[in-house]
Parts: sequence; C-alpha cells; structure tokens
Amino acid sequence: MRNILIICSKELRSYFASPIAYLLLTMFAFIFGYFFWSSLGEFVYVGMESQMRGQTYPMNVNEMIIRPLLFNAGILGLFFIPMITMRLFAEEKRSGTIELLATSPIRDIEVILGKWLAALSLYACILMVTAVNFAFLFKYGKPDWKPLAIGYLGLLLQAGALLAIGTFISTLTKNQIIAGAATFGVCLLLWVLAWVSGYETATWAQVLAYMSITTHFESFAKGVLDSKDAIFYVTVIFLGLFFTTRSMESLRWRS
Amino acid sequence: MITVKDLTKRYARNTAVDHVSFEVGKGQIVGFLGPNGAGKTTTMRMLTCFLTPTSGDATVADYDVLEQPLEVKKRIGYLPETPPLYPEMETGEYLTFVGKLKGLSGAELRKRVDYVCDRCAVADVRGKLLGRLSKGYRQRVGLAQAIIHNPGVLILDEPTAGLDPKQINETRDLIKSLGGDHTIILSTHILPEVEQTCEQVIIINKGKLVATDSVQNLQNRARGAESVLVEVSGRNGSLDSAAVQQRLEQVAGVSRVVVKQSRDSYSTFEVESRKGCVRGDLARAVVESGWDLNELRPAAMSLEEIFLQLTGSEAAVQEEAAVKEAP
Repeated sequence: MRNILIICSKELRSYFASPIAYLLLTMFAFIFGYFFWSSLGEFVYVGMESQMRGQTYPMNVNEMIIRPLLFNAGILGLFFIPMITMRLFAEEKRSGTIELLATSPIRDIEVILGKWLAALSLYACILMVTAVNFAFLFKYGKPDWKPLAIGYLGLLLQAGALLAIGTFISTLTKNQIIAGAATFGVCLLLWVLAWVSGYETATWAQVLAYMSITTHFESFAKGVLDSKDAIFYVTVIFLGLFFTTRSMESLRWRS
Repeated sequence: MITVKDLTKRYARNTAVDHVSFEVGKGQIVGFLGPNGAGKTTTMRMLTCFLTPTSGDATVADYDVLEQPLEVKKRIGYLPETPPLYPEMETGEYLTFVGKLKGLSGAELRKRVDYVCDRCAVADVRGKLLGRLSKGYRQRVGLAQAIIHNPGVLILDEPTAGLDPKQINETRDLIKSLGGDHTIILSTHILPEVEQTCEQVIIINKGKLVATDSVQNLQNRARGAESVLVEVSGRNGSLDSAAVQQRLEQVAGVSRVVVKQSRDSYSTFEVESRKGCVRGDLARAVVESGWDLNELRPAAMSLEEIFLQLTGSEAAVQEEAAVKEAP
C-alpha cells in the first residue's frame, strides 16, 4: 500500500508540475461551463413559456439539467481520458526511467495501481469543476443531492474503466502520441457501440450494445445504483489492470 | 556475492547472451568489458531483474533473480546507461522519491539523501530541476540514486560515458572509493578505465564469455613471452640493420627478432624471448659489437592489445569506433 501511494503521489506531482493538469482542467471547465450555461438557459426559457401559457409543467432540475449534464460530462471524459493516460508508461519507457521502477524493490502491480490511482485522482479533480456549476443549482433551487452523488460515482467508475484501458495501451508503446490516439479510438468505439441497439434488436447487437461503456452509465445518470452496471465497470477496471500487469511482465522478456 | 551460471538470453532472431558464467566476490570491483552489442547491458539487466533470462541461473547475495526478485532488488543499486531521471523533478525531490521506492523513510531517508548528495557532489544542485542539469551532474545524480539505499551490490552501465576528462577522473575516484563497502560491476568499453579502477575483468564478445581474470594475470597471460624494444644506432652515422638483427638473434634465450623501423643511422627491433631477463645480455651484445644502444624497454602489452587478441576481431573495435564517430 505504501508503495502504491509513493508512485501515486509522484505521478500526481508530475501532472501538476507540467501544464497537462492545468490545461485539462481549464478546457473541461470552459466546455462544461458552456453546456451548463446553455442547458440552464433552456430550462429557464421552458419555465417562462409554461408560465406564460398558464400551464404548470412539472419542472424538475434533476431530470432536466443534472441528468443530461452528467451524461455530457461522461462523454466529454472520453476525450480527456486519453490525454491523461497516454504518458503513464510510454513516457517512462522512452526516457528509460522504467528501468528505475522495474529494478526497485516494488511489485509491478503496485506501480500500475499507483499510476492508475493518480490518473483517477486527476480525473476526480476535473470533475470537481462540474461541482462548481451544480453548486449554483443548490443556491437557487432545491435539487435532490442523492441522484447527483450516484451520478458522480458512475462517472468515476466509467472513467476508472477507461483509464484502466488507457493505462494498458500506454504500456504497449514508447510513443505517447500513439498511446493517446489508440486510447482515443478505443474510447470512441466503446461509446458508439451503443448506437447499434437503435436499429437492430438481434442478440449480437444486444451483446455489442452491452459492451458499450456509456450504456451502463444511464442508470447512474438517473440516480439509480444498479449493481449490474457497477459490476460491469469494476470488471473492465479489473481486466484492464490485469492486462497491464501481463504487458509489464512481457517487457521483461522482450525489451 | 554474485554468481552467474550458464546465463542465456535469447530473442526471436538472435542470442544476446550465450551461456555466460562468472563469479564476483564481496567488495570486488569488476570491469565488464566488450565491444558494443556484446551483451554487457543485457547481462546487467538480467542481474538487476529488469530482464528475465531465457535459461541459466543468477544469484545476488544468495538470492535467485528468478525466485526472489524483490530481495535481489533490495540489495542492488543500478545505474542504467542513461540515468533514469525525471526532468520535471528537482534533484533533492528525486533522490527522496528513489529512497522511498527503495524502502527508506523518515530520519534515515533524510540522512541518506544528505549523505549521497555530499558523496556524489550534487549538493549544490539540490534545488535544480533535473531536466536542466549538465551531463556530468546527471550522471552523478544517477550514481547518487544507485547508492541511496546503501546496497551491497552496485551495477553501473558505462558510468563515465559522455563525461569530460575531469569528470571521468572524478567519477572513477568516486567508484574506487565505493569499492570495499560495495561489490561493483561496471561495464565499459574504455580499456584504460578497467586498468585503473578494476581488480578483475570479465570480457565478453558476441554474447559469449571470452575471459575472466584479474587485470594482472590477464596481462601476464596474454604476454606469454616477454618482448623488448631495442633501438640501436651506428657510431659513424650508418647502420647495417641486418647485421644487428643477426647479432641479436644469437643472444641466448631470444626466439625472434623483428625489425620494426629501419633508418640509415638507427633501427628499432622488437625482440621476443622466453621469460626471464635477457635485457642485460642484449645491451652487452649491442655495445660489444660497436653500436650505440639508444633505447631498451619492455614492450608491455596494454589491455587494449589483450582485448583485441582475446576478442580476436579488430573489426569489431573498428566498427565501434565508426559508430562513435557517427553523429
């Protein structure tokens, strides 16, 4: 455990010692801020319209703002995750520092978990930006905090799964760009797999849609903690990290 | 301290290390010698558990590199060919991080960081980013990280590569001073370095062990017979080198005389003889025949010649030189 934390804190330091962390935070803040602003604008417009017509629509902040925004934050994450994970191992391999880690009295799995945890922590920091936006809703309205908390849990699980995949891909190459591009491709693919269920109902289509990373987020976005979806994410995390350990081990045979 | 037996590393297309066996005693400084691509780095990487051997055994401090890699790693300090530095870290921060990785903590960690900074003369750059350090400093920080946990065994891959002559001397002195407490294996292709710093030499070529012996023995062994350089000049400005050669060959114990250089007034000969001192007889023969003796000195074989003789390929060394010259 101590070793994991040593690696994790070192990784976090290098995220924040370079412009990467600040760049990601700023970009996420701007884009998510725009999403928030426009969906709030629409909410207010719809509210005024229904008042003018004298009809009273049930206006629910959770359903009309928080749920779609959480989903958007997840999609936005797909674009940010490759930028977080691409350097994890590729950079160490290129600069030769991997030799230091691999010849220190520390297990491969501790290195991997440390790096993955650091990536997850950075993503959590990025998500905190969205909390600033949501805080306004609590100031001026009365949204339910429980679905929001579950939504965040889902976002973290979803990111954890993609980060595990990204970590694995980063061990395969010395080139950060390749690691980033490949991870981005996989992230995108895992998102659009869900679209197949829109026009096809055969078993294979259902299996394909089930493998999509975003379909499992829907329940979380609704504020429902579905164990089936949580288990899916945990399984992907486990598999991703397991393949990373195998990949690290194969380095000892090849390089 | 280190035992290597039939260590082999095979890749898909080539064999990098082929049944190499040697032993290194406690506190020894051993030079690991060979042309580029001979398998030095691969062997070192297997000893440090960075690479898994295809077959064979290696133990460090009685721990097997395959069975108990964590125990081996605790006892080894390793400086790879390029020092493993994180450019965005400061020197002190980096050494603290490595110390933690090696299992140090608290007051002991701080003490060791202070100690290695002092020992490797990097104290003045403690607050500087590693990415901004000069090559000499980077190498010394690399050495500092290798000794931070006071390991019994130090494995240094070309520790003086890319340094200027002054820095090379400083680094050699540092390594020498570390011997005794630490068992050291250092790889190099600079031969005088081995003569100066090491007690024992392991020479490998094309993945195979060529020789393992003390520097002294190796020199004696390669010499086999003694050879002496003799420069002779004629009294009246002209010299018949064939006559001198004939005269020298008649000296008891001389097996061969080669004319190295022949001028009008003087000639140089290389005289090979069986062991034992024939130099006195040679001098007397020259002077008594009415010639002047300008120079008479033992032609000691340098390690360089031994190396070429043992690896049997001047081509390999020339290749290496070509690689070095290439930009």
